[in-house]
Amino acid sequence: MSGTGAATAPLQSPVLDVERVRRDFPILGERVNGYPIAYLDSAATAQKPRAVLAALRDYYESQNANVHRGLHELSRRATEAYEAARTTVAEWIGAPSPSEVIFTRGTTESINLVATSWGSANLGPGDEILLTEMEHHSNLVPWQLVAKRTGAKLRYLQIDGDGRLILEALPGILAGGGVRIAAVGHVSNALGTINPVREIAEEVHAAGALLLVDGAQGAGHHRVDVRELGADFYAFSGHKMCGPTGSGALWVRGEVLEEMPPYQGGGEMIEFVRRHESTWADLPHKFEAGTPNIAGAIGMAAAVKYLGGVGPEKILAHEQSLAEYALEALGEVPGIRLFGPPAAERAGILSFRMDVAHPHDISTVLDREGIAIRAGHHCAQLVMERYGVGAMARASFYLYTTQEEVDRLVKGLGTVRSIFGAP
Amino acid sequence: MTDIQLNSLYQQLILEHYRKPRNRGVLEDRTVEVHMRNPACGDEIRLQLKIEDGVIRDLRFLGEGCSISQASTSMMTTILKDRSLEEAIALTRRFTQMMHGDRAAARDRALKDLRALKGVAKFPIRVKCALLGFDALQEAVRQTRSERGGTASAEAGG
Repeated sequence: MSGTGAATAPLQSPVLDVERVRRDFPILGERVNGYPIAYLDSAATAQKPRAVLAALRDYYESQNANVHRGLHELSRRATEAYEAARTTVAEWIGAPSPSEVIFTRGTTESINLVATSWGSANLGPGDEILLTEMEHHSNLVPWQLVAKRTGAKLRYLQIDGDGRLILEALPGILAGGGVRIAAVGHVSNALGTINPVREIAEEVHAAGALLLVDGAQGAGHHRVDVRELGADFYAFSGHKMCGPTGSGALWVRGEVLEEMPPYQGGGEMIEFVRRHESTWADLPHKFEAGTPNIAGAIGMAAAVKYLGGVGPEKILAHEQSLAEYALEALGEVPGIRLFGPPAAERAGILSFRMDVAHPHDISTVLDREGIAIRAGHHCAQLVMERYGVGAMARASFYLYTTQEEVDRLVKGLGTVRSIFGAP
Repeated sequence: MTDIQLNSLYQQLILEHYRKPRNRGVLEDRTVEVHMRNPACGDEIRLQLKIEDGVIRDLRFLGEGCSISQASTSMMTTILKDRSLEEAIALTRRFTQMMHGDRAAARDRALKDLRALKGVAKFPIRVKCALLGFDALQEAVRQTRSERGGTASAEAGG
């Protein structure tokens, strides 16, 4: 590209300097099968910027000790860094207080915590848990388990042909009076749909129920404000927002959290332990049994700071402009079937099928050209069932994804057609 | 297209079986049916066999999935008609060897069309796709033998 930038002013605003962002991610310099990696699988896990890698290294090199225990200097440093990480993460999602943020292993553990702790204390026979067909298995299975234990029933909001929740059915379901909690994804990992969480929250609250939002695909891509969203629980993962694997968090509205019984027992979560009973530590430590993933929390906070520096508005705008570009470009591939809503209602996630080749074969062919996509059921078998397919291919974008990588994807699908197309 | 490994993975014979699977359908007078799914990817094979006196008299399959899982099952069915359960097990063993990169197995004529799948060995992630139909076959053999109890063990002894 020659430098005629002034003549062709960028159309989308605000603009992300992708080339500059890419320099922060060492792994993007890798080559795969002789090609520069085109990593289009960020919805599975995001790549990590130098700032996060440096924070992990710095922690282990100059702060590592156990937290909230030792009286020595390193323990003080570790505790300070861990709690500072909590404050950073709390601010990122607009939590009113860091004491409402519990560090977990990720979204899955966050939801299991709510289902187990809140669920066992608040659900009984006749109560209902409202889920959607769009949910990731991590927002389905924990509820199935607690329903079995408590006798509660599961209800489902369905998806329409364009990958939107059929919200028209919501008042009818809530009118029954049985729903105690609704658990809904912020952004669908399989369809890319950005759900109208705020509207759902209003209706759910009006019916006297609580709302859990699965923010696995939301937290690193939007500016999230849990109070504005109207959520009572917000679960998210560090690794999907440039943080380390095994890091994550759960925000719970203070009044709800106060009443919740412990999730796991062990060190760190207690105040006094006697022979037959114990008293619990203050919030949020009551929900963090055992030595936590200290480095993970610190790395997650470093990721939050990094994303904050880039600007969440720019990130979302970039993803949506890529999604729009990709929807149009992929739409022209013969025999392709695209899933999910129009670009304006979706994040940088695009699932598709081709008439000539199965998603696995698509993925294998693309991998040979250095392009990484996901192929399979995306841990969303209810979505697959809804559309009558066994698997989908999925390309997902993040702040470091370029238009050129989308072009390579389209070209790669041409290779797929040349191999699998009718002879 | 100059990708040798990819060409070797997707040989014409494989694509041909994928597009026009042999023995695809329902076998009304089946004696055993196995529904095998790969939970990691959702591929599935429904294998139906009519087994009499330890011999596969006929077989059909239904399935959904990638070219490798569907073509390997199709190729497998073309070999198994009128073969004994012992031969079916031996075929499974030989094919599995080829999937693990055994060159002698890859030249074994007993594998017939299945030899076209030898390139899969270079793609470890896809080996389980190629084995899905054989997993179903093994399960069908196991069920058939355990149902017949005493007779089965007598035959095995003879």
